[in-house]
Amino acid sequence: MSLKERVQRCLGDDVIAITEYRGDLGIEVPKGNIVSVLTRLKEDETLGFDFLTDLFGVDNLDYYAKKKKKPKKKAAGEEELVEEEEDKGPPPPRFEVVYLLQALKTNERLQVKIRVPEDDMEVDTITTIWKAADWPEREAFDMFGFKFRGHHNLRRLLMWDEFEDHPLRKDYPLEGKGEERHLSYD
Amino acid sequence: MGFQAYQGEGWLLTKAEQLINWGRSRSPWPFPYGTACCGIELMAALASSYDMARFGAERVGFSPRQCDVLIEAGTITKKMVPVLKTIYAQMAEPKWVIAVGACACTGGVFRTYSTQQGIGSIIPVDVFVPGCPPRPEGILYALLKLLDKIQEDHPLYKKRQEVAEALEAGK
Ligand code: SF4
Repeated sequence: MSLKERVQRCLGDDVIAITEYRGDLGIEVPKGNIVSVLTRLKEDETLGFDFLTDLFGVDNLDYYAKKKKKPKKKAAGEEELVEEEEDKGPPPPRFEVVYLLQALKTNERLQVKIRVPEDDMEVDTITTIWKAADWPEREAFDMFGFKFRGHHNLRRLLMWDEFEDHPLRKDYPLEGKGEERHLSYD
Repeated sequence: MGFQAYQGEGWLLTKAEQLINWGRSRSPWPFPYGTACCGIELMAALASSYDMARFGAERVGFSPRQCDVLIEAGTITKKMVPVLKTIYAQMAEPKWVIAVGACACTGGVFRTYSTQQGIGSIIPVDVFVPGCPPRPEGILYALLKLLDKIQEDHPLYKKRQEVAEALEAGK
């Protein structure tokens, strides 16, 4: 059985979307079920995804908006901005959290993705499944502002503690907002 | 130099200021503060083929309290700024600073939210070395420039001024 079929059989309805790109399989799952999905992927005998390679956030601000308007070549040669044929409803939520898994026995890889809307940044922590998720989750919190529910030590990892923004968000200016770190002895 | 040394029993004639400067400029103990790629060039400058020890920078100290020259080689992030300030404050007078590389001078290619745009705004810098990274020769040249600067220093001037002010106040 191919990996795709095994994943589909293991997760059933929890697979919202499935993508395959150059031999890499990626699935999208509901945000609320992430812990149960990853536990099942880890414990399923035919899959055995027992290794968390990485965990990171993605900000899609502007991405879908830009994708919608594509320059279309006309027969006459002039370019024009044309809306895509049908409007596929509202754009997907702004943020994503991506989990990269690997099965050490079979050396197969899987990309699991959840979508996180801007007004509900709470995501369940997966440090209960993999301890290795500790620092990646702190980094994702630092850079994007995901609140990992149940994380035992959700502090900033890269920026200093008093820093207020989340710098990898697309609407944060590259040169910063003039934050400085000041020394405090306490 | 102003030294007049004679044979026999021997005596020399000099000024205290020059004697102090002579001593200081021949033993500038460096504190290597390598934070990024420039640190590698600093290591090369300290190692045997370039051998910074030729100019008296013999003993590389890893305690700021026993060093004279802070050689800051590499990017300073804003998170690191208090650390750099503390280390500079821990060094005993007299102390000098060499900023090695574009990052230490101006922030270099990293014009971002996390990078300090040059350490000149945090601590006083004596010699800036441009380059990304500068060659070890550049670092040696900066040290020589610094030694020239030390030779022209007036280590007693502050004291003299204080004495003059005290005399002025006593009148
Ligand atoms: S100046 Fe260039 S070589 Fe030196 S630390 Fe910065 S990026 Fe690295």
